[in-house]
Amino acid sequence: MTGDLLLDVRNVSVTFDGFRAINNLSLSLRPGEMRAIVGPNGAGKTTMMDIITGKTRPDTGTARFQGHDLTRLDEPAIARLGIGRKFQKPTVFEALSVTENLLLSLKGIRSPFAMLMARQSARERERIAHLLQLTRLQDMADQPAGGMSHGQKQWLEIGMLMGQEPDLLLVDEPVAGMTDAETMATADLLREINRTRSVVVVEHDMDFVRALGVGVTVLHEGAVLAEGTLDEISADPRVIEVYLGR
Amino acid sequence: MNPFSVHGPRNLRGVIWMAVAVVVVAGGLAMASLLPEGSPFHASAFVVSLAGKYLAYAMLALSVDLVWGFAGILTLGHAAFFALGGYAMGMYLMREIGARGVYGNASLPDFMIFLSWKSLPWYWWGSEHFAWAALLVVAVPGLLAGVFGWLAFRSRVSGVYLSIITQALTYALMLAFFQNGLGFGGNNGLTDFKDILGADLHAPLTRAVLLVVTGVLLAASLLAARFVVASRFGHLLVAVRDAENRTRFLGYRPDQVKLLVWVFSAMVAGLGGALYVTQVGIINPGEFAPANSIESVIWVAVGGRGTLCGAVLGAILVNLGKTLFTAWLPEFWLYGLGFLFIGTTLFLPQGIMGLLRHVRKPPAEEVTPEVSDTQGGEA
Repeated sequence: MTGDLLLDVRNVSVTFDGFRAINNLSLSLRPGEMRAIVGPNGAGKTTMMDIITGKTRPDTGTARFQGHDLTRLDEPAIARLGIGRKFQKPTVFEALSVTENLLLSLKGIRSPFAMLMARQSARERERIAHLLQLTRLQDMADQPAGGMSHGQKQWLEIGMLMGQEPDLLLVDEPVAGMTDAETMATADLLREINRTRSVVVVEHDMDFVRALGVGVTVLHEGAVLAEGTLDEISADPRVIEVYLGR
Repeated sequence: MNPFSVHGPRNLRGVIWMAVAVVVVAGGLAMASLLPEGSPFHASAFVVSLAGKYLAYAMLALSVDLVWGFAGILTLGHAAFFALGGYAMGMYLMREIGARGVYGNASLPDFMIFLSWKSLPWYWWGSEHFAWAALLVVAVPGLLAGVFGWLAFRSRVSGVYLSIITQALTYALMLAFFQNGLGFGGNNGLTDFKDILGADLHAPLTRAVLLVVTGVLLAASLLAARFVVASRFGHLLVAVRDAENRTRFLGYRPDQVKLLVWVFSAMVAGLGGALYVTQVGIINPGEFAPANSIESVIWVAVGGRGTLCGAVLGAILVNLGKTLFTAWLPEFWLYGLGFLFIGTTLFLPQGIMGLLRHVRKPPAEEVTPEVSDTQGGEA
């Protein structure tokens, strides 16, 4: 059974200074699946992402990705395995142009010495053109990323994630601070991305989660409270009590 | 692309212009120094050695800008690498004195005889060969920077904490080099040099050649630094400076990135120190003084951080100012330097280079980049 799973997090617990941020949490994802994760503040959503990407080591439990033990690897090693992560606050390299941001994200050369000599290949040029199109940033290609709007930075960061060609994308609150139109366009973009890659989205915005139309996991106090479709979990009295009802 | 971006074409033109200017000025002064003394264009030995000193300092400033401007590492100890390069060259120059020292001993420098040492310590072996000295000039600073950087960057020491330990590094080296027992001449340092490669260090022709060599090596370092920062590695460097964590999640190891530029920078500083010693004629532990490192940061700030050219310009102008100011009002120089730094920070945050940019508006075609209509196919 484990062999069929892309991501398999089992019985993980993390304690920070006596505060149990993650409490015996298990979560798994099949290849090609998109999952939305919801839960009130402090439910452990970000800590869970930290564990999967190597930023935080769990006290107990296992986390496996395509058979690799994630608890033994650091962030760059996990990124190279094929897990991409988008943070809540858009983080792009503001002093660099959109194209330069995308170029750095492309899967490939990671050794500093090789990068001294690296010249942009035809394939890289093609990849960048495709990513610019996907993120609708063609007109901004040569602009410094620091001068873009919040929504454009979010999209550039998603483009950079795609440049990594990850098998799994972790996306933390992608539509926070976006207009309704941008939110719906982002849902379209993620569905498009999900055609070729697995995605985990953490989001508060229920309209957005509905637009994604995917399975939902509800976290509460560091553990999974409920799993199912949005309609199922919306009807779950426990979920209503801790989250949706408030 | 932003025409002023350090990766852009304007910066390349600026760097080439600056490299040519440095070589031309050094060459011009060198030739002028060879004119007969009565000539109105004659440059005195004092002017030549002063110019050589400024250009050597410019290499130190360049090395500081590489790590501070592009990797965000505010180093307050870079003069340590400069001084180590100086000592490596000084060892060779000491051995060139040979039997012409006060004690007339062909194999031991005077200060060792004074300490009644019987033989050369192992780390002086081979120092009579110029090629070995030239290797040490870059290898010793590079090695120290490698060990120091590996420990610091791996442990994710950054910001003000890193600045403090760089300061501690140079201070510790200063105290160590003051010790007679270390074998580098104690507080007198290494001096009384006579020859370099058999040529008299006090002859006008030798001094002229040394000035030209310094100019050429500074220009070469400037171009090499530009190559580094304009490469894809240079983009990554800026990325690490501005959002280190993000680069980790892209699969990069920021510690390796910082280590590479840190070691390269230390080597440039060491080369500068070696050229400094040949022209100033002395190297002593005072070169490790924390104030020297701090001053080099001020040169970069005044010239314009993260521009390369600004570092060279800042080092030359501030030192020129120092020479003039100390001749005029010696006791007020430190106040002048302090006000210069505060004034730059407040009114010229991008230094002289920022001011030049402001004065010279960018040409129209570079302000509005053309939007390409052609798009890549489906992937």
